[in-house]
Amino acid sequence: MNTQKMTFSSFIKTHWKTIVFLGLLLIGIALANEFADSYLRRILNLCAIYTIVSLGMNLVNGFTGQFSLGQAGFMAIGAYTVAIFTVPVEMRASVFYLEPMAPFLANIELPFIGALILGGIFSALVAFLIGYPCLRLRGDYLAIATLGFSEIIRIIFTNTQTITNGALGIKGIPTISNLWWTYGIALLVIIATILLVNSSYGRAFKSIREDEIAAEAMGIGLFKTKMTSFMIGAFFTGIAGGLFAALLGTVDPKQFYFTLTYNFLLIIVLGGMGSISGTIISSFIVTIGLEWLRFLDEPMAFGLDLPIFRPGFRMVIFSLLLMIIVLFYRKGLMGTNELTWDFIRKKIRSIQSRLGRKTSIDGGEKK
Amino acid sequence: MSLLKTEKVIMQFGGVVAVNDLNIDIKKGELAALIGPNGAGKTTAFNVITGVYTPTSGSVLLSPANENDSIDITGKRPDLITGLGIARTFQNIRLFKELSVMENVLIATHQNVNYNFLSAIFRTPKARRGEAEAKEKCEFLLDKLGLIDLKDEKSSSLPYGQQRHLEIARALATSPELLLLDEPAAGMNPQETDELTDFIYQIRSDFDLTIFMIEHHMDLVMQISDHIYVLDFGCTIAKGTPDEIQNNQKVIKAYLGVDADA
Repeated sequence: MNTQKMTFSSFIKTHWKTIVFLGLLLIGIALANEFADSYLRRILNLCAIYTIVSLGMNLVNGFTGQFSLGQAGFMAIGAYTVAIFTVPVEMRASVFYLEPMAPFLANIELPFIGALILGGIFSALVAFLIGYPCLRLRGDYLAIATLGFSEIIRIIFTNTQTITNGALGIKGIPTISNLWWTYGIALLVIIATILLVNSSYGRAFKSIREDEIAAEAMGIGLFKTKMTSFMIGAFFTGIAGGLFAALLGTVDPKQFYFTLTYNFLLIIVLGGMGSISGTIISSFIVTIGLEWLRFLDEPMAFGLDLPIFRPGFRMVIFSLLLMIIVLFYRKGLMGTNELTWDFIRKKIRSIQSRLGRKTSIDGGEKK
Repeated sequence: MSLLKTEKVIMQFGGVVAVNDLNIDIKKGELAALIGPNGAGKTTAFNVITGVYTPTSGSVLLSPANENDSIDITGKRPDLITGLGIARTFQNIRLFKELSVMENVLIATHQNVNYNFLSAIFRTPKARRGEAEAKEKCEFLLDKLGLIDLKDEKSSSLPYGQQRHLEIARALATSPELLLLDEPAAGMNPQETDELTDFIYQIRSDFDLTIFMIEHHMDLVMQISDHIYVLDFGCTIAKGTPDEIQNNQKVIKAYLGVDADA
């Protein structure tokens, strides 16, 4: 066991690239926080939040092999928890102007971090309630139930006027989320996910994905293990929802349509079901892509009026992208691999050798 | 002393009686075999013992070494039954294909983890100790079974025979008292079957196991079994030592399909 103990210098020696990378990231965040305009900052914040949600989703869908589609609902729970508990008490009368806030909530104000964690815990508790009947069954019941849940939660939030202010939504949430918050928590979630996936619990998740019957025969309690994964995923998603609320400063039920879930589905399919680094990379690609493709939503002036460019058209592009990936590139960017320094080195080497071979073949043909 | 006992087990699927009145009594330390023509209900019998199916009626009793009385395991969850000391392999190899050899074996030790997932995330000393112990145990196992050099290979990339060995290694990692092997020699040539025979003898003595297996290779079965049970259309048509079975008219009839009035 002593062999596992690493001295500080050997730790630096093996991980210096990662440390340098993290350092650069830190500098990048600091620079962006100072100099980037609010639009760019908003996108970068969203990238981090989408990374957290997608990691939670990938834990369930990619690593445990259970198909959950409740991400929008879990986000809503986290977002509303932060909204309800962080709006300053003196502002509440002006926010809840149609009907006053329920008295048992009206005077509770929590610090942001407390509300954030509470949102995660609420999400996890709701996940337990959904999972309790569904995770005992094999098959796609979880997908149907979670999809239904995310619609139900939206409709509940629309109709509980005294708690969530109904369709008006809650405004005036202190916009505490900045790059430090979102990237800090994203980093914590990434590290926690990596450590979890590489532990005995992570192996148990993967065994269920690979073969439920064999996993059960090896002593893995299916229900308990699936539930653990599902609740951790919901916890992460709830936290991300809280960050989302504190980023926008306002929540309303329309933000949490189940179409939101499909963004995350696209992210994990594109990144690779069961790859943490793939999820992170594709979170950035998809979030930035969604913004960048916004020009497709505007009517275009090509001289003639093309009727296809109208609001929502970029979603068509995204659906097409999803179909193309599923049809031709099923494993996504990373498959179940992780982007490690070794992986990069091997890739570069294989590309080099392929290029080398190609030139030699070309040379042969010229003769 | 008997380790596993089934009493009047009947397993019906709708109108089909897959297993009819199964009475098995496996003594501790013996090597028993379950044979019978295709579709006789052998694998169903295994699935009833391991909890995959709950029998329509009858009971399955297990007497583990650390318990005084026998435990009724009829229809218990498969993972709980594994925890009580029954491990199995599958007729069609069911490895965790995308995972490495080592991971496949490590998964079988997950039932013994005594720390929660938070300790696993925070890598508490207890979790680290547990992980190190599990790795040590699995490396020992893989070494014993000659798979240690392949421990980082993806399990689906192993040759067929090695995959069979890995499945047995994985079953052994659950620390079983009773090992159920479902056609371990399926798809093996005579030489590989001979090696398997030695292998089974070896693990039986090394791990102090009781073995119950389904097998079609009669050479193998007759050579190594202490007791044989013969199933045909769900019914136990004979039980006894290899000599008794070989001379049993009913068994010969079931296998060769001799006319009833011939």
